[in-house]
Formats: sequence, C-alpha cells, structure tokens
Amino acid sequence: MIKPNVYHSLGLNDKEYRHILKILKRNPSNTELAMFSVEWSEHCGYLCSRKWLKLLPKAGKYKTLIGEDSGGIIIDDLAIVFKMESHNHPSQVEPKQGAATGVGGIIRDIFTAGARPIASLNSLRFGPLTQAYNKYLLGGVVNGIQFYGNCVGVPTVGGEIYFDESYSGNCLVNAMCIGIAKKEKLMRARACGKGNAIMYVGSSTGRDGIGGCSILASNEFKEGEEKRPTVQIGDPFTEKCLIEATLEAINTGYLVGIKDMGAAGLTCCTSEMASAGNSGMDVELQAVPRREENMEPWEVMMSESQERMLVCVKKGKEENIRKIFLKWDLNASVIGRVTEDGLVTIRDKGKIVARINAHALTKAPIYDMPYRKPGYLRKLNKLKLSEIPDPKDYNKILLKLLAAPSITNKAWVYRQYDHMVQTNTIVLPGSDAAVLRLKGTNKGIAATTDCNSRYCFLNPYRGAQIAVAEAARNLVCSGAHPAAVTDCLNFGNPKKPESFWQFKNCVEGIRDACKSFNLSVVSGNVSFYNESPKSAINPTPAIGMIGIVKDIKKTCSQNFKQEGDAVILLGYCRQDLGATEYLKEIHHLTGGDAPQLDLKLEQAVQKTCLKAIEEGLVNSAHDCSEGGLAVALAECCISNKDQMIGANIDKLNYDIRPDALLFGESQSRIILSCSQDSVGRLRKIALEFKAPFYVIGQTCRRFLRILNGTEELIYLSLEDLNEAWRDSLQKNIEG
Amino acid sequence: MKFGIVVFPGSNCDQDCFYVIKDVLGKPVKYIWHKDTDLAGLDCVILPGGFSYGDYLRTGAIARFSPVLKSIVKFSGKGGTVIGICNGFQILLEAGLLPGVMLKNRDLHFICSYVYIKTENNDTRFTGLYNPGQILKIPIAHNEGNYYIDAAGLKELRDNNQIVFRYCSDAGEVNDKFNPNGALDNIAGIINRKRNVLGMMPHPERSAEKELGSKDGYFIFKSVIKYVEKTRT
Repeated sequence: MIKPNVYHSLGLNDKEYRHILKILKRNPSNTELAMFSVEWSEHCGYLCSRKWLKLLPKAGKYKTLIGEDSGGIIIDDLAIVFKMESHNHPSQVEPKQGAATGVGGIIRDIFTAGARPIASLNSLRFGPLTQAYNKYLLGGVVNGIQFYGNCVGVPTVGGEIYFDESYSGNCLVNAMCIGIAKKEKLMRARACGKGNAIMYVGSSTGRDGIGGCSILASNEFKEGEEKRPTVQIGDPFTEKCLIEATLEAINTGYLVGIKDMGAAGLTCCTSEMASAGNSGMDVELQAVPRREENMEPWEVMMSESQERMLVCVKKGKEENIRKIFLKWDLNASVIGRVTEDGLVTIRDKGKIVARINAHALTKAPIYDMPYRKPGYLRKLNKLKLSEIPDPKDYNKILLKLLAAPSITNKAWVYRQYDHMVQTNTIVLPGSDAAVLRLKGTNKGIAATTDCNSRYCFLNPYRGAQIAVAEAARNLVCSGAHPAAVTDCLNFGNPKKPESFWQFKNCVEGIRDACKSFNLSVVSGNVSFYNESPKSAINPTPAIGMIGIVKDIKKTCSQNFKQEGDAVILLGYCRQDLGATEYLKEIHHLTGGDAPQLDLKLEQAVQKTCLKAIEEGLVNSAHDCSEGGLAVALAECCISNKDQMIGANIDKLNYDIRPDALLFGESQSRIILSCSQDSVGRLRKIALEFKAPFYVIGQTCRRFLRILNGTEELIYLSLEDLNEAWRDSLQKNIEG
Repeated sequence: MKFGIVVFPGSNCDQDCFYVIKDVLGKPVKYIWHKDTDLAGLDCVILPGGFSYGDYLRTGAIARFSPVLKSIVKFSGKGGTVIGICNGFQILLEAGLLPGVMLKNRDLHFICSYVYIKTENNDTRFTGLYNPGQILKIPIAHNEGNYYIDAAGLKELRDNNQIVFRYCSDAGEVNDKFNPNGALDNIAGIINRKRNVLGMMPHPERSAEKELGSKDGYFIFKSVIKYVEKTRT
C-alpha cells in the first residue's frame, strides 16, 4: 500500500491514484508510480488544456503534417517542420543551462522528425531591467542560447524580447526551431513491428533533471525553494554529432521510429512510442548506458539527461545503425524489443519493475477546468482619455520610447547569436521577419514570433487574435505568404479560474484568427504555473509563424533604401491609446482595451503589401506595432546603421489626439516606401483589395519630421534618433 | 584542381564551404573525416569553422592532436595550399602551422556581424584577384578572435608581409574603433612564411554569393583556383 503523502509529493491526487489502481488492478511499484506521475503531469499530459487545444485548426491553405512531437507543412516535395516550446521554469532557476537545454530540446524535436534544423528563433520575456536579477536572467538566457545554438550550428535568426513587471520572478524562454526534409524522409515517434529493436542512442544517463517536468514545470514558484538540481545540463557538441548521426541513420531506411528523450526521458519515450505504434515493448534497464553508479530503476526512467534518443530499428539492422552512431563517438545500445501485448515492460536485471498498458499510461485524464472573467478587468478596461495629460513635447517622448527596453534595438542580443551559419539567411535579424532561402529551389521561407502580452492581459481574446495578425503582417512585410502556425501558450495557474479564463479566451482568439487567415496550427506547447509569489504573468500566447517566399529574389526589409522615395501608409490611424507602450512608459499606466482589430481590413492591407512586393514595386515595408506610427517611421529611418535615411511626413491630416496619432497602436497598418514612379501602380493594387492607401510623405536626407495638418509634431535629426535607439539596451545591461 | 574540407565532429561550416566550392564555383570537392589521413589528390585543404571537438577547453586545443592534422602538417610542408577559417584558423595556431594565439573577444561576447577588412597583401595565392588595399565586406562569427602575438612575432609578421587582412571601416580606416574583437594590430588574417597556409577569422564562404549580401569572399577561393591551375600548366 502506498501512502497518500507519497503520491501527493509526486503531484498525483487521490482521484488519479484510484484511477491508477483501476488500470493496474494492483498496487503500483515505485517505478510505475513515478512513471504515472510524469506521464500525467500537466507538462506531459496536458490535463487542463487538452479539451481547448482541440479547437485549434488542423488544416489550412498548405498541406498540414501533424506528428507526435512536431508538425509542419508540405511545399512541393519539401516538408517544413517546426515547433515552439517553453523552458521557462528551468531558465528562471538557472538561466544559462535552462535556456541552452530549451534550445537543444526543440532542435531534437525537429531532427527526430527526419528534418535538418535550419533555423532557430526565441521569444523571451523578462521583468524590468531596473532589477539586478532580471539583468542577470537576460544575460544568462542570451548566454545559454548562444552557447548552445552557435555550437550546434543552427542559426538563430529571429525572435522577440519584451520586458514587463509581470515577468519578475517568472521569465519566459520559448524556443522555436524550423527544419526541412524531403517529404518521403519524414519520421514518426512510434515503435511497431514485433521483434524490432529498441535502441538507446546518444549521451549516457545520469541523475540530472530528475523530476524536471513534473516538479519544476508543473508547479508555481514559491519563495526560498531550491530547485537548481532539477535543471538539466546541455552539451551542444554531442547534439551536433547526434544531428549528423541521426540524419545519416534515417537515410538508411532502417528506422521505424525515433523520439527525443525530453521531458521525463525514458518514461515518455517508451510509453509514447509504444502507444503511438499500437504496440508494446520489453526493455532491460541494465542495457542503458550510464554515467553514474547505483542508479535505481525509477531514477533511470525519470532522468532528463540531455542529448539522448530512443530509436526503433528494423530487426537485423541493429549493427548498421550502431556503426553510424559509433562513428560519431555516441552510445548506441539495444535495450529492448517491440512486443505485441500493448504493454510497456521495464526490467532491471531481468526482473520486472514496471508493466503498464501503454495506452492507459499515455492517456492522462482530461479536466474541464472552471473559468471566470477577472473582476479587475472591468475597471482596467475603462480608459478616461481626459485624465491622460497631453505631453506636448513629442520629440522627447519619441526619444524616450525608442530607448525603452521593449522597443529599442536588440542587436546586443542577436549579435551574440550566429545567425548566418548554413548560409541561408537572406534577411538578417533586426527586420520584421527573418528570411531564409531554400537551397536548390528559387523559394524561401520567412519566420517570426509574436505576442503583445499587455493586449492579452487586457483582452485575451483580441490580444491573441492580434498576435496572429501581427505575425502574419511581419511575414508579409518580408515578402512571404503566411503559411502555418506553432504556438507556445504561457499562462498562470490553471486551477485559478481567472487564469484559466485567460487561457480559454486566448485559445479561442488564436483559433478564430487562424481560421480567418486559413492557417493551420501544426504544433505547440502549453506552459502553465507561470507565477511568482507576487503574481501571475501576463497571459502570453506566443505565436510562431512560417511564411513562404515564392521568389527569393523578391524579399523586402524594413529600412528606407533611398532618398526621394514616396512613403505610404496602408491602413487607418485611430484613437487607439489603450494598452500602448506609450501609456506604460510615459504615463506608467497599463489600462484601456487592446486596439481594435478588423480581420477583413487586416487581410486587405496584407494582400496589398504582398502583391506590391511580389511585383517588385516596394523598397521597404514595416509593420506599425509597439510605439505606433512615430516609432515605426523612426525604425525605417535608422535600422540600417550603414545607410540611415530620413523622412518628411507632411501629408497626415487626422482629427485625433496628437499622441494617439504618433504613438497609438492601431492595428493593420504597414509603412511602405517606393520610388515615385511606382505610386500609381501601388495605389491600383490597394484599390483592388480595398485597402486604405495614403501617401504620407517622402524620404529625405538627415531628419525625421512629422506634421499633422500644418502642426509640426516631430522634428528630430537621424543622429538623435539613432543615439536613443542604437545602444540603449547594451548601456542598460552593461552599465 | 580539387578541394578537401576537413570534418571534425563539431565542425559546422563544413557544409557551407562544400556548397560554395561545388555549387558556386563548380569545382571538385570532398569531405575529409577527422580520423582519416589520406590527402592524396588534393590541391587545397580547408579547415572550416565550428567547434571542432566542442572546444569546451580552448579552441582547437584537441583538434591539433587529431589524425588528420598530422597529414595536414605534411601536406603543407610539401607546399600544399591550406586555408583555416575561424575555428580552422584557431586550429592552425594550436598546431603551430601559423604563429600566435587567440584570446577571447575583448568584450567577452560571441560576435556575429558583418565587418570590413582591408587586403593588406594581394601578392599571395589567396588574394591574387584583389586590388591592393581592397576593402571587403565579410561576416565574422566567433568567441575567440582576439589575435595575439609577442612583439618579436609581430615584427616578424610585418617584416615578412604575412598580415593579409586587417579589420577596418567601410572606407578603409584601420584603427581601434573598427576592431571588433580587440585583435592585435587589427589582424583578421595571416599567412605563414612559406605563403601556402592562410588563417582568417572572417568567413569567406558566407560572403560568396550576392544574394547573401556580399560576394567579396568569393575571390579568395577563386584566387586559389587560379593560382593552382596556373602553376600546374
């Protein structure tokens, strides 16, 4: 008989324990109990979220692939496989290794699908840099990403970083990886075929990371807890070898299935591969390569040592596969065989230590969580504009916003990432989206991540829709057709109805926006319990989106290219001051509602922009987001340090507050520049799609000037803009 | 004219170099596994960028003991052409084929960025197609590119015209402001006294096609091809 405090300490409740007894028809062994506890943890089992995740569209305009651990789309004969995953809690505890192993884990999810990883992105959130620990976290996380990503030879081409008080005590590290494969080479994470070998490949097993997913990722942080030992340690060199060996092994055609030993290591791999293959397996733990002595069976099953995988190999081909891994100086050991009994049988020196039905073990209970709209929103959503003083000196405000951590130049970060290795990066970090060529074709892909969590906090449904719309807009500005989505849903404690309401509404927002764009959600990840003793994080449904560039010669970047070009605004400027960076940075106010979003208007603007780029009419394209029109224009002027170009914006004529015109965050707006000869054609395209089209000024030499009617709101030299924006993050961090 | 590209288990620019030689320049090329020793039939051996054996200790410190390195030392002794790029340069220093050492970058961070370098010596088999003083736009991506050598060594490099590339501004000014990593004398690339071994931190294979933003690195490979084909006829 196992005492309640034992299974409680493993995160299982009484009802779940009774369910386990029913499945086994006997008391569980220690190893079995541990296996249930991780398979039924929120991190692995998606108990609270699964009901809602089913809402997300699984089909879209491109043929969609949904695998066990990742998903993708098919373009001609290529599969583009991608996924985003969180590593928040480990990073909060040990930022360098937490972030590094996050990168390593997501890369493994991609190449175990048979795809060569070609790019990484990451979506990061920290508390304000005024606090020393947040600086330490940012430095450590960036260090971890560069340490792992640079060595493993996958370029880190993009992402986003935002700062907000809600992340103090619980930073977010979401890593995304993209890979490509010939579609016939794709692999599944399954084991089947009686007698086929179960092989363990990669690093040896130690005690690192035991309980990482069940303990660390499925609870919120409480003060004074020491959780460092549950963080894994990354070895990018081994991973690099593992990538090459695995792809070589897949190429032989002798593999039946393969799966990364990520969260909950061998437990997940054995049970989920058997379950996915409708089979069983019989495994001997003594055959598992180890780096520590006297490990208990349950420790071997729970270990989250990195850079390991489980492979199902056709019977008789074990030696061929072993040789490939040995060539790369990696372990490769047959630890078991596929069976037909549907049971995962785990032995230690021949003695059975666990025997569980694979389907039952992997089918974690689904919970229907109660949800409730938070009471505080009613008050927060009301914004009395009359109470917000008009600051008058807009120049000063613009400079302040350009230096704000969430807006300022992020080169200090991406300079530390090798973003060029593999020689595919056509549009480098620092523009709206990264663009990669697909060698051997004339096509390319664009990728971005997006989420404004302040919008999601004030209006989860619309905030999530905007995250999708903005990600698509970023891709379009690079010349890509939005193609498919991966999401990483970061929320607080799902057992709190207010938190769960945020989750539910965000999922519905993603669903509706994706349906409107005809995009499938091919993969994703949920991270709950992102809370510090002070508060929950802002709901942060990070959207990773891939787009297709039909002709790699027709891409676009955000910076103005030459003097004398027409500057065009697609879209409307409305009095959208709610939830803005401006309110937060200047008026220290998080309030109002998320900006309005009209998905029809959004489509019209995006289609116009894309067609204009594909016709070769556009010299630059930039989406208006945080900081509004003024910040977007400033970025167009200065983001290329070798070639800064000014703009005289003298044709605006709006009857709204000047601060709303300059810094309001109305959605569905894109700033284009083109030669004067192309304006007529561009106007026709806008008319065709019914997109609002305004020539608002022209590029010029050394300044940015913005007028509304005859009133001059902004007049700043490029040097001043550049000084505010260029190095403020670095100064902030390095002092 | 045949190229060989060394593959250490942690190399990660080997495939990029291979692509440039085969698909951009259209020349024969093969990989050389780090445990192999046969370099027969090769005219030019490239040690590519990456993290040879993880480089957790000191860059290139383990690679110098690899079987392939022994063959490369012999190969270069017989006048064979050797190019070390980034990690390859670091390995050539560790192996003693080029003088000096690499320190961590001055700001202690990995730096990935386009830089400008000045062709200080175009009278080599690696730079024959450049004009004297030509400025190249080319990316760097490294943690340890802060080249160092003692005063006597530096004098020797200068006296023998062994400094091939120096970091500079887009207009060619060579000074500390345009030194990305703190390298002594802005050194970005050097050759040996026999002039058949080149080590450089910037990546010519990443700047060999216009669509990537610069084609300036292409002419290093092209110069070598021209040299080898000319000396052969």
